[in-house]
Amino acid sequence: MANNLAVKPDASPLLSVCDLTVNFAAARGRVTAVAGVSFDLAPGETLGLVGESGCGKTVTALSILRLLQSPPAEVTGVIRFQREDLTRCPETRMRQIRGNRIAMVFQEPMTALNPVLTIGEQVAEALRLHRGMSHPEAWIEAAAALTRVGFPDAPHRLSQYPHQLSGGLRQRALMAMALACDPELLIADEPTTALDVTIQAQILALLARLKAELGLAVLFITHNLGIVAQTADRVAVMYAGLMVEQAPTPEIFRHPGHPYTVGLLNSVPRLDFRRPAGEILSAIKGHLPAEPPPGCLFRDRCPLAHDRCREEPPWVEVSPGHLVRCWNYA
Amino acid sequence: MPELLSAQDLSCYFRLAGPWGRGPVLKAVDGVSFALTPGETLGLVGESGCGKSTLGRLALALTPPTRGRIVFAGEDLARVSRHRLKELRRQVQIIFQDPYSSLNPRMTVSQILEEPFVIHNLGRRLERRAWVTELLAEVGLTADVAGRYPHEFSGGQRQRLGIARALALKPRLIVADEPVSALDVSIQAQILNLLAELQQRHGLTYLFISHDLGVISQISNRVAVMYVGRLLEMAERSVLAAARLHPYTEALLAAVPRPTPERTFNPPALKGEPPSPVNVPAGCPFHPRCPEAQLPLCRESVPPLRKIAPDHRVACHFR
Repeated sequence: MANNLAVKPDASPLLSVCDLTVNFAAARGRVTAVAGVSFDLAPGETLGLVGESGCGKTVTALSILRLLQSPPAEVTGVIRFQREDLTRCPETRMRQIRGNRIAMVFQEPMTALNPVLTIGEQVAEALRLHRGMSHPEAWIEAAAALTRVGFPDAPHRLSQYPHQLSGGLRQRALMAMALACDPELLIADEPTTALDVTIQAQILALLARLKAELGLAVLFITHNLGIVAQTADRVAVMYAGLMVEQAPTPEIFRHPGHPYTVGLLNSVPRLDFRRPAGEILSAIKGHLPAEPPPGCLFRDRCPLAHDRCREEPPWVEVSPGHLVRCWNYA
Repeated sequence: MPELLSAQDLSCYFRLAGPWGRGPVLKAVDGVSFALTPGETLGLVGESGCGKSTLGRLALALTPPTRGRIVFAGEDLARVSRHRLKELRRQVQIIFQDPYSSLNPRMTVSQILEEPFVIHNLGRRLERRAWVTELLAEVGLTADVAGRYPHEFSGGQRQRLGIARALALKPRLIVADEPVSALDVSIQAQILNLLAELQQRHGLTYLFISHDLGVISQISNRVAVMYVGRLLEMAERSVLAAARLHPYTEALLAAVPRPTPERTFNPPALKGEPPSPVNVPAGCPFHPRCPEAQLPLCRESVPPLRKIAPDHRVACHFR
């Protein structure tokens, strides 16, 4: 597919993923987790990558950082980060990029932190490795990094272990680790899913502030459409390993194109107490097929499916920057 | 209308183990009173660790209360005989959060759904088989799945099985403890629709526990807001749309990011985190985080859950 997806045509993309395919060699043959995904991310832009569990969002993120073990993973396609192809560069080069220019925040703040190292040691590690700081220098800088992410009383908490912190503070520590080296791109994989709403609001506010201050580009992976609406500039929707729609955020919420996106938006219970209780939601019927059907993968669940959907649908640009992969627009 | 279930000054404390024996007391539920009328859904909302699941267990008499009473259809669940409690349990069932760990992986679907009948010694074998088929149809599954094992089902289908099991004995009250939290949005919508349909069909009463305000607003006739073991607010849904609410409820509602990009998301930053139930602040439990707290009043006196309108109770000095 042509890589014409950047919102700002004048700015060259920071990250450009082209035809990314990830297969896993499993006992019962090959499993395709990501099938030909392409998208661009401009400097300072936030792209919300949305989809339900198993749709390939996390695998996409992990393959950008080359964190998938191969075998069993087979990754093909091109991932350009500032014109450098990350799929081809040597591992030594990758280590300079990973955690330094592209950082990642994971979903589970407990499992992402090392339980036997203090918070200070974990934040300082990135600074020593990538910035060549000495231990004392890195320790002082780690305190500053933690303060930047709103960690209360940071200098005294450097010597605390992850289990001594609440979920919200662990997530802040992860953010401090990720942002310590001033990356250009942050990949946030469901960073607030494990948190309570009031803490989630704190972390989202923090992310918005850091984005504005540091000019950070963010690939925000989430299943929560509310979070996407409030944080992303652009949204990409994935279904069963395939990208099915991409659009600027206001556009996708006002005029969702793909029947799956429409169904997803209709499935979210609106927080509105003026409606009657127990109102029926117009849910998507069925569930994700175990064996993907040929042609459009959403065909079996789609209310608009017709004969043409047995063939693979093309990308159609329905309005500037709004692409839908569906026969109903062709 | 007579109450189906009522809690009066219900408390449940747990003594934690300390390094030298007896540790501190954890107040999971502290002085909670509410009543459920038949056919309604009471949504119980709160952040993790606020005691909502413990309250659900108290309603099922799975955990004995430390203080106070839990009364089901006129009978105090802590005082009835074991024999009577077993009879009453036919009328109160639970749907669990995790459809993976709440179904025995070594039992087939028909064994799982027959078990309630076996325990309560109901029906003969053939009758039970017929009931299982009915139950499967009730939750939108076909009869041919009866011989399968739980691992052969997706999360949404497993939750349907959990619901079928809860329906088996034709209960009057169902405690649904985060029944859709482990599911994807599209499946969550299917399950919420199913729960609403079943309520209509059988006149069920739900105590619906969730941390998700969107889900709570989808299904609840009334909402109770819990915070470190106490109820801070209880209101009819129409009240929630219109009236001034407890500062904590207002903060919770504002903190939910909504799928409408036009709406600017700028929640009033609620400082800090919920306190530990081992070390509950004196006075109003919410006062250390409350934007409207006025010292020393809020620190010194616990605001009771007061009726300020016919369908609205608030535990705040300033409402």
